[in-house]
Amino acid sequence: MKISINGVATEVAATSLDAILQEAGYGDLRVATAVNRNFVPVGQRSTYQIEAGDAVEIVAPRQGG
Amino acid sequence: MNSFYGVKLPTAFMLGTANYPSPAILDAAFRQSQASVATVSVRREAAGARAGEGFWRLIRELGVQVLPNTAGCHTASEAVTTAHMARELFDTNWIKLEVIGHSDSLQPDPFGLVEAATILCRDGFKVFPYTTEDLVLADRLLDAGCEVLMPWGAPIGTGLGLINPYGLRSLRAQYPHVPMVIDAGLGLPSQAAQAMEMGFDAVLLNTAVAKAGDPVAMACAFAKAIKAGQLAKTADPMEPRDMAEPSTPLIGKAFLQ
Repeated sequence: MKISINGVATEVAATSLDAILQEAGYGDLRVATAVNRNFVPVGQRSTYQIEAGDAVEIVAPRQGG
Repeated sequence: MNSFYGVKLPTAFMLGTANYPSPAILDAAFRQSQASVATVSVRREAAGARAGEGFWRLIRELGVQVLPNTAGCHTASEAVTTAHMARELFDTNWIKLEVIGHSDSLQPDPFGLVEAATILCRDGFKVFPYTTEDLVLADRLLDAGCEVLMPWGAPIGTGLGLINPYGLRSLRAQYPHVPMVIDAGLGLPSQAAQAMEMGFDAVLLNTAVAKAGDPVAMACAFAKAIKAGQLAKTADPMEPRDMAEPSTPLIGKAFLQ
């Protein structure tokens, strides 16, 4: 199915958020996630089901003021 | 110095981590600054990239309190989601809450700020709201559950210093027991000293150090100025007066007229 990952249209086979992170190459990276602008905690990723058209945001620590 | 949500910081210096020429200079500047708090953010991570991990390792090795921000957020809901992601990434309830209402001045949106602060305080965050010197907004933020206020000195990144000393003095006087941080707009160490002399509990800045020709030296200069201003405040400064008053005693002056 086609979803958006960080604003980029992406074809994925997996359906759970956890599996999509693995499939998309995020593996063991320290990241936080939101789906359709709602925060999804790390503990819910394995059961959170992604649907076609969903917008997944994946963020990591960065410099800030 | 007041404590911030029960945390007594070793110094009154909070320093941002953005826009340094290199990670090595960021690290050196931070160590010279003796800053107690590092502000950080969350941004999109590319698949396979490890930029976030390298930065996070550098910050952890500094051994300072981390204060994630919601920089760039223009709505309450955006800021709330960002805050939750930051809490998970940085493992802290502290959040520097920014809800921007005006693109040119980066002035906070007071309505969105109060809305987001209300939600985040309810969700267990320790909210540090980036606000203005507005007394009514301060009141609303305190009502929402904020126990710290962070009024701007001037718009972010301008380096203009304390552009509304009257407003800031009024805010300080109105809420003498609320911990307050002057956040943003400082360009020179003397301006940080002025903020501390006015009785603010800390200053937060980034650009003035990161964009200086020598960020490490500037970090050191700010550290000294903040300590000087803090000491001056505790030393109970004299009251200014309009008319001159000789400092040398007149008694005993030779009569030579």
